[in-house]
Amino acid sequence: MSLHAMAPAGHDDHAAYTAVFTGARRTELDELLTHYPTKMAALLPALWMLQEDRGWVSPEGMDEVARVLDLTPAYVKGVVTFYTMYHQHPVGTHFIQVCTTTPCNVCGAEDVVSTFLKETKCGELGVTSADGKYTVVEVECLGACGFATPVMVNDALVECVGVDTVKDLLAGLD
Amino acid sequence: MGYPHPSHARETPVISKHFGESEARTLSGWQARGGYETLRQALATDPVEVQNVVKDSGLRGRGGAGFPTGVKWSFMKPDGKTHYLCINADESEPGTFKDREIMRWTPHQLLEGTAIAAHAIYAETAYIYIRGEYTEPIARMREAVRDAYAAGILGANAMGSGKRVDVHVHKGAGAYICGEETALMNSLEGRRGNPRIKPPFPAVAGLFAQPTTINNVETVCAATHVLKHGADWYKSLSSPTNPKSTGTKLFSVCGNVARPGNYEVGMGFSMKEFLWDVCGGPPAGRTFKAIIPGGSSVPILTPEECEGAVMDYEGIQAAGSLLGSGGVICFDDTQDMVRQIARLARFYAHESCAQCTQCREGTAWTTRILERIRDGEGTMKDLDTLLEIADNMTGKTICVLSDSCATPVVSGLKKFRHEFEAKIPKNRSSVMIPSLSTAAA
Amino acid sequence: MTAPAALANPGMVTLTIEGREVVVPPGTNLIEAAKTVGVLIPHYCYHPTLPVAGVCRMCLVEVEKFPKLTPACATTVGEGQVVHVHSEKAREARKGVLEFLLINHPLDCPICDQSGECELQDYTFAEGRKDSRYMEPKRFNPMEDFGGDVMYVPNRCILCTRCVRFMDVVAHDPVLNVSERGDRAYIGKFEGSDLTHEWASNVVDLCPVGALLSKDFLNKARAWELDRAASICPSCSQGCNVMLETRDDIVVRIRPRPNAQVNQHFACNTGRLNYRWINRRDRLQYPMARVADALAQTSWDAALDVASAAIRHATRVTVLASPSLSNEALYILSQLAQHVGATSLMTIERGPEAPLAGVKDLSLRAERAANHTGAALLGFSESDAPVVSLGAGDLLLVVDAATAVASVPSGVDVIVIGTLLTDALASLALVALPIANYAEEDGTFTNLRGRVQRFLQAKAPPAQARPSYRALADVAQRVGAGEYPMLAGDVFHKLANGVPAFAGMSYRSLGLQGAVVSAPIEALV
Repeated sequence: MSLHAMAPAGHDDHAAYTAVFTGARRTELDELLTHYPTKMAALLPALWMLQEDRGWVSPEGMDEVARVLDLTPAYVKGVVTFYTMYHQHPVGTHFIQVCTTTPCNVCGAEDVVSTFLKETKCGELGVTSADGKYTVVEVECLGACGFATPVMVNDALVECVGVDTVKDLLAGLD
Repeated sequence: MGYPHPSHARETPVISKHFGESEARTLSGWQARGGYETLRQALATDPVEVQNVVKDSGLRGRGGAGFPTGVKWSFMKPDGKTHYLCINADESEPGTFKDREIMRWTPHQLLEGTAIAAHAIYAETAYIYIRGEYTEPIARMREAVRDAYAAGILGANAMGSGKRVDVHVHKGAGAYICGEETALMNSLEGRRGNPRIKPPFPAVAGLFAQPTTINNVETVCAATHVLKHGADWYKSLSSPTNPKSTGTKLFSVCGNVARPGNYEVGMGFSMKEFLWDVCGGPPAGRTFKAIIPGGSSVPILTPEECEGAVMDYEGIQAAGSLLGSGGVICFDDTQDMVRQIARLARFYAHESCAQCTQCREGTAWTTRILERIRDGEGTMKDLDTLLEIADNMTGKTICVLSDSCATPVVSGLKKFRHEFEAKIPKNRSSVMIPSLSTAAA
Repeated sequence: MTAPAALANPGMVTLTIEGREVVVPPGTNLIEAAKTVGVLIPHYCYHPTLPVAGVCRMCLVEVEKFPKLTPACATTVGEGQVVHVHSEKAREARKGVLEFLLINHPLDCPICDQSGECELQDYTFAEGRKDSRYMEPKRFNPMEDFGGDVMYVPNRCILCTRCVRFMDVVAHDPVLNVSERGDRAYIGKFEGSDLTHEWASNVVDLCPVGALLSKDFLNKARAWELDRAASICPSCSQGCNVMLETRDDIVVRIRPRPNAQVNQHFACNTGRLNYRWINRRDRLQYPMARVADALAQTSWDAALDVASAAIRHATRVTVLASPSLSNEALYILSQLAQHVGATSLMTIERGPEAPLAGVKDLSLRAERAANHTGAALLGFSESDAPVVSLGAGDLLLVVDAATAVASVPSGVDVIVIGTLLTDALASLALVALPIANYAEEDGTFTNLRGRVQRFLQAKAPPAQARPSYRALADVAQRVGAGEYPMLAGDVFHKLANGVPAFAGMSYRSLGLQGAVVSAPIEALV
């Protein structure tokens, strides 16, 4: 039942890691820390910064975040694995998230999913396409139920996607 | 406003009045629409007075619990301790999408309500916890906060009042359970989004162990209007027959319905008129089969049960369900209720935080049984088992996610039992257990 | 007419649990309150040494006038509460929890180490369903090596999170987490950070089921085959209270037993794993006396004659004692030493300290000796070089300290009374008398805070080895240094009468939690 993406084929999860919290990002983190009475409270925002800069949350990334916030990597990992939006493996250039919870399900969301899988040639949920361009996952309620079927592509929400508009949506991504 | 459709004449647009107006999103645009004058006045008013007006109005929490807002604010005393306000913008209850629209069309409406609420509870710091998937609302709120600080509306000397009001936008990372107020506080503190045992209650020891109030987005927006126009005005917006439910409510209508969208009507509105007239009824050529009136965690109603119902807290309760978050999910006659209830259970199983035994195991077990029945591999005994599991999952856990999973199972089996039985092969009493390699997670 | 409990106990809370009247301080939770009247409220995630989690939901009880069942671990006592642990509602709730715990639990009892001391077995047998109605595939995760002595079997885990809370709050080394969500959750760690903490093995004891296991104990013995004896860990001077567990007279496991004044519920890895030497057979088992160039087995009588003669004829006697001998043995030895004017010495091995940060005054101590405090109180002084100044005419009496003597200056006569005989001493000793080790006799140790604690015999000594105090009493009697009782308790009684620090103590007064000497400890070694 995990909706997390899986490791893309042939990917080396442990390619060289460069620190994120230096220079401008460090300054940003330091400013952020003034918003909270504890360092731990900056954990979710810090993980977002890491994911924005590196595309995913790697073990090395978790280790760095732990160090800058005086936490243990095990603790950080426990938090990362709780939330669905932190990628524990790299994802395709276009990370496609289709809501299939009941209000969208009754509007044909599952057909939209299978259309995406077919058109992106991903074949399987959570598995990045061979060309590295697409990863398709099902997500739970996106809070856009009135705009069925809502699809998020990376950070952008596309409203009212139907099986007949999937192709155009994908074409528009490139 | 039934955005993206035009307002229906029978709506009472107060909070949704400016949905769809792009200028309403800017600070100047909001000020042109009368924004922040109420905050200015509120900051000059004693917090207890603010609390009393809101108490008087009968406003109740719009996130789903329906607790009287003024009373909740009055739990916070001028004790000299650091107080916190958390705005719960984690909107994840399936069927609910009103706070999204409030934030992306009228971010300053929320910001003003936040600052007023902070003042009312003696807090200098407010966090707006927005679910991570709401990228556009987050961007709008961050921009609104920046502009408000630049204009001196927020900060050490909010609107020149001499009082400090700091607001921070905090982004979630994908967890329905973080909409539960104590899980939200844990998540804000940088922890797993696990709900906490109560007591202690947030007003005593909440965020960072300090006295805290958590309010829904719609609630603080409504409070702003209450303070602007008065408690009596707010009460006049709703049906006078039930003084316990006042003002307006944003109902998020979705699923198999002609005109999905957010509708703002006075409490006490006729559900029959709402569903079949204002929202346009079922899609062409179909009829309604089932309605969930308050987000997926409330009991399922039949169309007949809806016809006589009145849309307020007591009215929907009398009809056999709950107003909840006001997410109205519509199912038409082409829908397979077993399939949909199984999908709902799968939602809860995915979102369970894993603390309580009943929820962690029960949501997953319920889902597996329902999916087996959906796929034609069920037995009659499964139906009894489902009800016993639901009973074991109810009233026994730290939070009500467990109860919420049980609810559609119980009401579904009560009102659509025939659909379940139709999927069970005759004379089937045993089940082939699939091998491990085919077992889905 | 007796006063109502509330009046008779001002400042306390009076309530009723299972029909019994309970009077406890305010703030007590219902589980602890119930314990005071002998009522066990079944639970998993609660532990008196850990912060309350309230997640297992096993301890739900019915409190009259409460709208719902309430978790006893997270509910404090209220005046006049009426609590039902075994009402139908509470029992049904527990039955439900047990059923949920078992749906993904493998039927591993035949191969699971926890069997026989498993709280899931116990409660299911008492209150669970007789059969399973779970028809779906069970969740599966592979076993994991957590490092140290700990392995994790996720399929058996009930996610009580005791282990996570222990490592975080008690050990101050948060290397364990809960990973994932829902029924996919398991106890996780970060690659590269393992359970290497000196006190990490306590998670194995804390785990109510067979999810966290000791690799050392894996598949070694069944819980119901074990005999248990209350004892004191001799690995350092902390004096942690332990249980020696034996199977067929072999010690197979050491586990902590609770003592709020010393080690709470905990023991360190060093202490836990330091038991194999107890079972060794390559030790002194028979009395030996020198014949020509070698030691040969002889009778106790003959050996004692040789020993006592040597002592009487020596110009000077130096006693080198192990600081891990019991108070009883050291007492008799010190009396003997006084009688013959001997110098009484000991050497103390030291190692790195390893505190359990979350507990006051609990650590693996630098002094790797069970009783150096007792030895000091009984007149023994520490020496770095106890033998270097000895020469012809000197007699060295080595009492269970053979390994502390690398070499002996020529001309020195040596008597060994102990468990081990090194090659170096075997070539010199006039006589060697075999004694029991701490697992094979009764006795007491005095820990670094002056707490005198009893240890009980767990297994028989081999062949003709005698209790340490007994062998010393035999020698003492032959050299005219007094008569001593046969039983350890009686020897201790004599000790208490003769040594002011121990005044008033007896085995009865020590019980199984010990008592502190009436002497300032700080001035000692």
